[in-house]
Parts: sequence; C-alpha cells; structure tokens
Amino acid sequence: MRPLGELVKGIYRENPVFRLALGLCPALAVSTSVENALGMGAAATFVLLGSNVTVSLIRNFVPAKVRIPCYIVVIASFVTTVELVMGAYLPELAKSLGIFLPLIVVNCIILGRAEAFASKHGVGRAILDAVGMGIGFTFALTLIATFREVLGDGKLMGYMVFGPNFQPVLLMILAPGAFITIGLLMGYFNVLDARMKRKREAAEEKKG
Amino acid sequence: MDLGQLFAIIVGAIFVSNFVLARFLGLCPFVGVSKDSDSALGMGMAVIFVMTMASIVTWFIYMYVLIPLDIVYLRTIAFILVIATLVQFVEMVIEKTSPTLHKSLGIYLPLITTNCAVLGVAVVNVNEFMVTDLPVAASFINTVVHGLSAGLGFTLALVLMAAIRERLELVDIPESMRGIPITFIVAGLMAMAFLGFSGLKVG
Repeated sequence: MRPLGELVKGIYRENPVFRLALGLCPALAVSTSVENALGMGAAATFVLLGSNVTVSLIRNFVPAKVRIPCYIVVIASFVTTVELVMGAYLPELAKSLGIFLPLIVVNCIILGRAEAFASKHGVGRAILDAVGMGIGFTFALTLIATFREVLGDGKLMGYMVFGPNFQPVLLMILAPGAFITIGLLMGYFNVLDARMKRKREAAEEKKG
Repeated sequence: MDLGQLFAIIVGAIFVSNFVLARFLGLCPFVGVSKDSDSALGMGMAVIFVMTMASIVTWFIYMYVLIPLDIVYLRTIAFILVIATLVQFVEMVIEKTSPTLHKSLGIYLPLITTNCAVLGVAVVNVNEFMVTDLPVAASFINTVVHGLSAGLGFTLALVLMAAIRERLELVDIPESMRGIPITFIVAGLMAMAFLGFSGLKVG
C-alpha cells in the first residue's frame, strides 16, 4: 500500500469505531459533548502515536512470547504521561473524561494497532498508521458527540444551536442515546458501503 | 460492618450503574460474545471471577505497595500488569479444567486483559473506596463486594443480550442493520429499561 493509503485508510475504510468495532467504550462514554470527544480523541491519538513508534522501534528486540506484556507497558507509560499532563494543564477536561483517561490503556485500538501493524512495519509507516487511526477515532467520536450534544442539549461546542423554545431530548445525553446513535450510524455506514459496492459493480459491468 | 451500605453497593453496581449499560465498560465482549447464551454465561463467569480477584489484588497493591512507596501515579501501569498476569492464570486454569468452555470463549479470554471493565472496576474501586478515609476493613470489604457485583451486573447484561440476540436471529432485519448495529439498538433499549433503576433509593 502507498504511504498515503496508510494514512487515509483509518478515516473511513478501516475506521476503528464504525468499521472495526474497536474502542467502543470510550466512543460511547465520552461522546456526551463535542469538547470531550475532541479531548479524548487527542489523548488517544497521542498515545497511539507514541506506542506505535516505540513498538515499531523495539519490534526486532522483543521476543515474540512476551510481546503483549511489553506493548502493554509501553502503552501504559504513555497513558500515564497523558494523565499527568492533562491533570496539570487541563484539569477540567481530565475531570470530565474521568476514569476513561486511565482506561485508554485498554482501548483495543491501541493494542490492536501495535500488534497488527506497528510490530510488522517500519517507523515511518507506523507513524502514518497511528495518525490515520487517531484521526479516524477522533472523527467517529466527534460525529457521535455532535448528534448527542445537539439533540440532547441543544448546543454545539457550548453554543446554542436552536431557539429558546427547543426542548432537549434528555435521552440522547444519557446512556441509551449513545447506544442508539452508534447503532444507527453503523447502519448508515453499512448502507453507504453497499451503495458504493453496487456503483462499482455497475461501472465494471458497463466496462465489460 | 454496615450492611445497608453493602446492599447499596451491590444494587448500585448490578442495576443502577450497570457496568455495561450505564458506565459503558466492557462493550467489546458485550458485542462479541453475546451471540449465544452458553458462551455468554461462560464469559460472564470468567469476568466475575477475574473482576473479584482483580479487586482484591489491586486493593493490596494500592494500599501496601503504591501508597507506602508514594508512587500512586503509577497505578495504571501496576494495575494493568497485575490484571494481565491474573487473566493469563485464569486462562490456564480454564484450559485445563474445561476445554469446551475454553474453545467456545475463543479469543475473548485473552481479551479480558484489554477488557476495560476489569481495569475499570479497579480504578472505580480506588476512586470510591481507597482515596476516601474509610477504615481499612470497610475499604477492603467494599472493594471486594463491589468487584463481585460489578461482575454480576456485567454477566446479567451479557446473558440478557445473548437471549435477545438468539431471538433476533429469526427476525427479518434490514440488511445494513444486521449484526452489530442492531445489537447496539437493542442495547439502547436495554439501557433505557435500566434507567428505570436510577430512581432507586437504597441504604
């Protein structure tokens, strides 16, 4: 695959949340507002970048049998860094992300990329892959958060979207709203996929 | 020991803030292993066991290693390593005692390591029972009971979901909604039902 392909694939074709169904817990839990979603996305992208680079660098030294514990330690170190830095400079955001900040360690996207990609590729590609996947994860979070914040709170990034008469759908901010939003979005992505496939087939038929 | 408080913790962890449906923890196995009730039950049992054990072990680590050495900020690394070891151990035990169960749980048993619910329960325990100035005994009992009931809550949600999905197999669902999307919609409806418990006043 061309280098640019590694970057772009994470955003739509192999989007970690909608396509691979990874990293679902934070995607649902912190998507109550766009601000939280962006913060979580940035934190996860940083950890992903750090872990992908490190894992790619040490991939030839780590014995295959103990590779998973090694990857976990690498990831946990970066997560601790993020935790401390965010706690120091953005305490409000750290507070609203709550336990999901330390739980980035167990975000399956990060271990998944370390195992499936970074341990088999060079540093350059690992960086591109991390950035692409990070953007894809942030995009998915922000998309879910947009629906939930606009419908559930009537706001977007803290600004009122609707007039004063808007009755917020409280359900969207609560847990059920998250499940239903992601279910419908995944369904929609499947529809898009099927449509693209049909188009491609039709084009091929015309050619042949 | 305050029994009312324990009861509040149990009901709280199973129903009011159910780990899957209210706290959004452990969604990967919730979606992945909920296709039939047998493996759901097996997975649930493994998670109950691991969660209780993890609660006990992390309590000792936090109280008697991290606090005395003043390295509380390393709790994420310490906890994840302990949990990973524990899961490895449970996997070995299940592989020896029940090969069929091991087969049906497949790749999800090692994945308990990265099951956010297990690390989640440890972190919630720290926040709720360890940094507060509860007496040592109460802190320990609360932690264990919370770990156990969090596992029970997870199993409850998983088994309910598996039962529903077995029925869903026979239903005519639009093609693009089949599989994971419809599971999430069902989870949403379940979460709505569980919201009913949030008005519950216990203790």
